[in-house]
Amino acid sequence: MNEFARAVELAAGLIGDFDPELREIVVLSLGVSLTASALAFAIGAPLGAALAVYRIPAKDVLIVTANALLGLPPVVVGLAVYLLLSRSGPLGGFGILFTPAAMIIAQTILGIPIVVALVHRMTVGLWATYGDALLVDGASRMRATASLMNIGRDGLIIAFLAAFGRAIAEVGAIIIVGGNIRGYTRTMTTAIALETSKGELSFALALGIILILLSMTVSTLSYFFGRVLTGR
Amino acid sequence: MIQWFSSIRIGAAVVLALLGAPVLSNAPLRAQEQTIVVASTTSTQDSGLFSYLLPIAREKTGVEVKVLAQGTGQALETARRGDADVVFVHARSAEEKFLAEGFAVKRYPVMYNDFVVIGPKDDPAGIKGRDVVAALQAIKTKGAPFISRGDRSGTHSAELALWKDAGIDITKDRGPWYKEIGQGMGAALNTASASNAYVLSDRGTWLAFKNRGDLAILVEGDKRLFNQYGVMLVNPARHPTVKKEAGQRFIDWLVSPEGQNAIAGFKIEGQQLFYPNANDPNA
Repeated sequence: MNEFARAVELAAGLIGDFDPELREIVVLSLGVSLTASALAFAIGAPLGAALAVYRIPAKDVLIVTANALLGLPPVVVGLAVYLLLSRSGPLGGFGILFTPAAMIIAQTILGIPIVVALVHRMTVGLWATYGDALLVDGASRMRATASLMNIGRDGLIIAFLAAFGRAIAEVGAIIIVGGNIRGYTRTMTTAIALETSKGELSFALALGIILILLSMTVSTLSYFFGRVLTGR
Repeated sequence: MIQWFSSIRIGAAVVLALLGAPVLSNAPLRAQEQTIVVASTTSTQDSGLFSYLLPIAREKTGVEVKVLAQGTGQALETARRGDADVVFVHARSAEEKFLAEGFAVKRYPVMYNDFVVIGPKDDPAGIKGRDVVAALQAIKTKGAPFISRGDRSGTHSAELALWKDAGIDITKDRGPWYKEIGQGMGAALNTASASNAYVLSDRGTWLAFKNRGDLAILVEGDKRLFNQYGVMLVNPARHPTVKKEAGQRFIDWLVSPEGQNAIAGFKIEGQQLFYPNANDPNA
């Protein structure tokens, strides 16, 4: 229990000091994971909605696939992205392995199935309720989908948050494609892994506490943002 | 921050490219020309050597080093794929294989430290002393818990060679007492600390390690525990993207009297962790 008390104390100290290295790590973690979840949302949300509204060939296969990929192991995604981006791999020419860009790509891939599955589920429900009415009113399926997304705004926020939660919490993918390089690709989770391996268990736990506080901040902000957006 | 934003830009470009947009050119950014990627071992990072040495190297040579702390096996593999400019590892036979395959042109000895056998202070297998071979035989005979890295790192290959020296075929003679964890040095020490087991460690990582619990050094000073580090520039003929000028400049500094003095100056609690020996032709 001693470690827990020390960790809380250390976390408070780190936040109080506004430690510059920690600040850099926090900025990178948030930057990478927010960018990745935004990209996953931009790609996944239209896909999820379209799967609910349009008649798409092999639709069931796509839906089952998205649901199955909810359990996509980060370490496998990391390895696949590593092999693609490696100098010896097909996309090696970009030279972006061991950069934040590589980490964004890996986390985007992890986030897409989550957004697709959640947005699809939400849209299916809304479509059943409002779909006929919207079409009777003469709206195109595109317009109708836009209206549904407007009705389901808070569901969209949840989908975004779920993708962000997946991204900010994972270490398996980014430690492989980012390399945990100090001052460049070291994030909260890779720093926690490193401090643990140095035997600095209390310090590692202190970083964990800060990470949880960060996640809570992001979800609180999204919650209020959602309230403003939905006017409730 | 600036570097980060430029990476975001590249990232966005790549995402667009993946979506089928026109591919942007891959011109190296000016600011990155002096930055090299060094694939190294967990011991050089976990012991704190790099945090101490790299700022000095940067000031003297202008080369900024990005370190990938992997095991020796993984570090050499990263370099084979062309994803690192320099390797800085500690497993002579694996390094020589790397050279023979043509992935590097020259290996430079840099420094050495030594391995130590760590174990519970009350030493249930009674191994304390200088003789590492006798120690391993006692651990095996008593079936005392032993943690193996099991990750093809330099320390893991040293451990396997020591079992062989002790006349033990570990793949055949292992029992439930022998636990292969497949992780880095720090993780192995954490596991040993949590389960009061024996473990082979490099001295540097042990000295810097903070979660010792009831563990202590039990065997040290045997000449079979010698641990040599070498550095190599990845062969630009194999991988044209290697930053050979900056990489070589970093290597030249490491083996120069100035770099060697800097390595000797790295101490934890007054103890020197690494001993420079770039001038030893047999190292």
